[in-house]
Amino acid sequence: MISQFFVLSQRGDNIVFRDYRGDVQKGSAEIFFRKVKFWKEDGEEEAPPVFNVDGVNYFHVKVVGLLFVATTRTNVSPSLVLELLQRIARVVKDYLGVLNEDSIRKNFVLVYELLDEVVDFGYVQTTSTEVLKSFIFNEPIVVDVARLPALGPAGLFMQGTKRMPGTAVTKSVVANEPAGRKREEIFVDIIEKISVTFSSSGYILTSEIDGTIQMKSYLSGNPEIRLALNDDLSIGRGGRSIYDYSGSSGSGAVILDDCNFHESVHLDSFDVDRTLSLVPPDGEFPVMNYRITQEFKPPFRINALIEEAGPLKAEVILKVRAEYASSINANTILVQMPLPTYTTRVSFELEPGAVGQVTDFKESNKRLEWGLKKIVGGSEHTLRAKLTFSQESHGNITKEAGPVSMNFTIPMYNASRLQVKYLQIAKKSKTYNPYRWFTFGDSGNEAQLALASPAT
Amino acid sequence: MAPPAQSQRPSPSPSQPSGKGEVSDLKMQLRQLAGSRAPGTDDSKRDLYKKVISYMTIGIDVSSLFSEMVMCSATSDIVLKKMCYLYVGNYAKGNPDIALLTINFLQKDCKDEDPMIRGLALRSLCSLRVANLVEYLVGPLGLGLKDGSSYVRMVATMGVLKLYHISAATCIDADFPAMLKHLMLNDPDAQVVANCLSALQEIWSLEASQSEEASREREALLSKPVIYYFLNRMKEFSEWAQCLVLELVAKYVPSDSNEIFDMMNLLEDRLQHANGAVVLATIKLFLQLTLSMTDVHQQVYERIKAPLLTLVSSGSPEQSYAVLSHLHLLVMRAPMLFSSDYKHFYCQYNESFYVKKLKLEMLTAVANESNTYEIVTELCEYAANVDIPIARESIRAVGKIALQQYDVNAIVDRLLQFLEMEKDYVTAETLVLVKDLLRKYPQWSHDCIAVVGNISSKNVQEPKAKAALIWMLGEYAQEMQDAPYVLETLIDNWDDENSAEVRLHLLTAVMKCFLRRPPETQKALGAALAAGLADFHQDVHDRALFYYRLLQHSVSVAENVVNPPKQAVSVFADTQSSEIKDRIFDEFNSLSVVYQKPSYMFTDKEHRGAFSFSEELGNLSIGVEDSSNVVSAQIVDASDNDLLLSTSEKEENRGPSSNGSAYSAPSYGASSNHQFPAHSPQSSLAIDDLLGLGLAISSNPEPLPPSLTLNPRAVLDPSAFQQKWRQLPISVSQDYTMNPHGVAALTTPQSLLRHMQGHSIHCIASGGQAPNFKYFFFAQKAEESSTFLVECVINSSSCKAQLKIKADDESTSQAFSDLFQSALSTLGTP
Repeated sequence: MISQFFVLSQRGDNIVFRDYRGDVQKGSAEIFFRKVKFWKEDGEEEAPPVFNVDGVNYFHVKVVGLLFVATTRTNVSPSLVLELLQRIARVVKDYLGVLNEDSIRKNFVLVYELLDEVVDFGYVQTTSTEVLKSFIFNEPIVVDVARLPALGPAGLFMQGTKRMPGTAVTKSVVANEPAGRKREEIFVDIIEKISVTFSSSGYILTSEIDGTIQMKSYLSGNPEIRLALNDDLSIGRGGRSIYDYSGSSGSGAVILDDCNFHESVHLDSFDVDRTLSLVPPDGEFPVMNYRITQEFKPPFRINALIEEAGPLKAEVILKVRAEYASSINANTILVQMPLPTYTTRVSFELEPGAVGQVTDFKESNKRLEWGLKKIVGGSEHTLRAKLTFSQESHGNITKEAGPVSMNFTIPMYNASRLQVKYLQIAKKSKTYNPYRWFTFGDSGNEAQLALASPAT
Repeated sequence: MAPPAQSQRPSPSPSQPSGKGEVSDLKMQLRQLAGSRAPGTDDSKRDLYKKVISYMTIGIDVSSLFSEMVMCSATSDIVLKKMCYLYVGNYAKGNPDIALLTINFLQKDCKDEDPMIRGLALRSLCSLRVANLVEYLVGPLGLGLKDGSSYVRMVATMGVLKLYHISAATCIDADFPAMLKHLMLNDPDAQVVANCLSALQEIWSLEASQSEEASREREALLSKPVIYYFLNRMKEFSEWAQCLVLELVAKYVPSDSNEIFDMMNLLEDRLQHANGAVVLATIKLFLQLTLSMTDVHQQVYERIKAPLLTLVSSGSPEQSYAVLSHLHLLVMRAPMLFSSDYKHFYCQYNESFYVKKLKLEMLTAVANESNTYEIVTELCEYAANVDIPIARESIRAVGKIALQQYDVNAIVDRLLQFLEMEKDYVTAETLVLVKDLLRKYPQWSHDCIAVVGNISSKNVQEPKAKAALIWMLGEYAQEMQDAPYVLETLIDNWDDENSAEVRLHLLTAVMKCFLRRPPETQKALGAALAAGLADFHQDVHDRALFYYRLLQHSVSVAENVVNPPKQAVSVFADTQSSEIKDRIFDEFNSLSVVYQKPSYMFTDKEHRGAFSFSEELGNLSIGVEDSSNVVSAQIVDASDNDLLLSTSEKEENRGPSSNGSAYSAPSYGASSNHQFPAHSPQSSLAIDDLLGLGLAISSNPEPLPPSLTLNPRAVLDPSAFQQKWRQLPISVSQDYTMNPHGVAALTTPQSLLRHMQGHSIHCIASGGQAPNFKYFFFAQKAEESSTFLVECVINSSSCKAQLKIKADDESTSQAFSDLFQSALSTLGTP
């Protein structure tokens, strides 16, 4: 059970503060903020998500720059509280449409209303957006979303926070459309985080995909939905070692190492035809999380070369090659690479005729950043960077730079080849014709590529 | 809710009003609206209420508006009502007199037609937290529990718990717990049932200390019918309620293995839940259920691996950290089972320090002959990392792997390469490791010394590293050509050396060097002794004086003392005792796992949780007597006595092992199996231990009875044992080193039991797996019925035994302890 819940802004202001049990002192928010802000333990400056000060346990998660915090004196399950905080953030977002400091400040009465029903005397009652609907009477004051991209399928693929592309959808579950009639919509995204490590010779050392099928439903009347996945999908890799690549290539089947499901999902026919049936609750939720270590074709190849070019100089050459079909594009690509700590200056040289590319050297954390607006399938891009050092490097510069990481979004592509083949909504009447914001088999895709050792 | 009165802060930003003027403004406006029936009044009221609540949130005291707020609350607008309830709930406690004003309308609302309003009003009524208003609660609560709407019943069940915390007597007298119990077992709504369970667990646990009945009721929650009732309704519960139920079931002791398998089959699919809390609660249950079934227990590990890894990689970084902490615990318990999964523990560059640290420890633990090469290669990548704390941790990890492997050839090379990187912190960490490595594998000295010899002592600044380097200079004075001269330079800078640890090492090293190469070192030794004698640090001064007198007495004796032939260290002691580890494991799926401390170290007793059973007796299964009785033990306070030991005391206890005063076995070599000081009157001061005084000598003026005879035919049934164990404080707790014969004899389980029986000490329960065994013994005095109870934990790999003795008559417990130890010492000797 928890004692208090509060939301703090980046400056440490209380935006929302709810005391459920009265057994933790009132000044806890200040104690917490001071502790987090000036954290210094284990030689680290970043506070862990859970810590204890004078017998009070503080839990926090960071959501859109806000701190969602719970306190308790009891020895509770940390997963439970952290999960709860995340869920509260999600529920609030479902109701407010947009989650940020401004929207919470404008709607704090509604947020209190939610908090009263979500937790009673420290015990969680419900976190279902659906169930909560009948208890909530305040209407959300919708904050200005003009700066956000227009709603629509393309909007799904804008860069959002990590594993939440649905953030582009900024509609409250309770607010009515200006037109009066509520729009029946359902959004399905497949988001995958790809981690690949290449050896210096270009071989894949480790590769993993962590994926989520995310759903956001605005359907009224709770129709049942059937979601069909690849026929050849299988779960668990039997007795084989999970890093055994030799046998898996070419078979084409999608093999998940493991997965878990939202509690609304029924798996009755999953074994037969790989369909999930569920009555989607209102709001945003992950239908399924999965993990794959099966060999897959990474969408990009990255090459990094560092050469010494004099006593206090070195040159970095970064090459990115898109390995997917030329009919698809990747958007908003950001390549990052930590440089040796004694780097003082970097000058960049883009390839001739480069469009929509930006480069930067972040002095504070000694990081090279290379942003590309678009990469067409099959193309290759190169960046040269000349580094100036403040001291002579000892030995191996390559060891002190890297790994290279990459963030990108590729609409209509996902590395795992996991697909939602179709989405079927049990129709209730003829006039019921909801918008399905996704074309069959597409996916939002946010990925990350790590290169352990830049080419030596 | 918003911090009221006392936490009024100076407003941090100009946008936040200071209060005063605005509050009186609001007061005026509210007054005007109070009587108004004009249309649109509700809207203006809403705006005003919102303002009030926003002030409340940012910490401005608006309690002076209480009566106006209440006056305005006569409305049918539910949004207004809710804001009013919120306000009232926040300020009632500080204004009990005005709170009385609200009772009226709240009670009226409790009878409203709309179940929503009934529920809200009841919740607010119970949240007033004013002791003299409780009489008004009983009626509405009683009705609420019987309400037709599940929402109202849900609110009422929590209301009972709130009432209990305001006035326990009122709650008990109204017979609410019994009503809750009835609802819990019959209500169709699962959330009502779950709330009843939470409320009852809290109430009965708090009552149990005073009331027999309550403790019986609490145990009844763990009875088979209740547990099965919950299990059968599992799917109806929300994910949060499922966690609650799973936690409860984890404390249930099934009667046979069929029951265990049935439960596990039933709950198997909970492992696929997207909510990590449900999965972890299920895992805890599976682990607890199978504790005594070794192979099934191992299968459980195999089964839970994949779900845990999936949870680690999905969800927010905070959630994956919490799950990873649990995975870490399991990996540390059974590293072999995870040795093929090591790639999952590779660090990603953008992970937080805490995650990386856990992963590094796991990589260290799972390293074995087949994967060491790859793990060490990976760790060496991190050692060059820009992130210095991680680089340090990685080097330590490489060192630890080297210390636990047989074939260290390749690793030594890697470590020596670190020294060539010429980064101060890398060099520092590596030196410490090389020193430890040499203590375990002296055969590598040749290679290491060659490289270490090239390091300029000027580049080593960190005390630990400096001490390590100095130790090597002393130890390998023969092999290192310029050892005397390096030491001499260091001694010249004696006054600039801030660390006493380094100065102590310097004294010892120069002694060793002198004994091997006297002509070259004599001058340095003289300087060092002079500097040492003038040192303001007591230890340094004493050691210098000691060496000086030793040399005066006889150089050959000094040689024997300072530089005796050394045995290679075979096992470096673990930093955490197995007892603590076990206790953390018992508290799986709690903060204990994240903090890596058992709960008694960070929570006060009253908050230790409704059902924090110690598994002390509960997990033992190979009892000599009828063990099933022992197994069903549910002991709450059994271990509270030894838990009283505060964290700070512990820290102190750790002190002596790390201050480096034991020169020839630096730092943790000495003994870091930190022990609990006995919790008895004679030794309540931890300082006794620090000074190395025996417990008996410390302060027990009464002469001990010269001898103690035990009744060879003592009897004690298991339940009486449990009860006594629960009641008595620990009177002696001691560490004891067993002789190797004794440990060898442990391989046959019955030998110790028979042996002790020969000394009239009887075993009542025993269990554990190599290398950790746990035994409970008892004995009785021959002439009277005074009983001794013993918990004996033996670690067969370190030959250590930990004894905890409880006695009816504490004055004889030390004598008994001696007797017990002497009995133990003859184990295995014919």
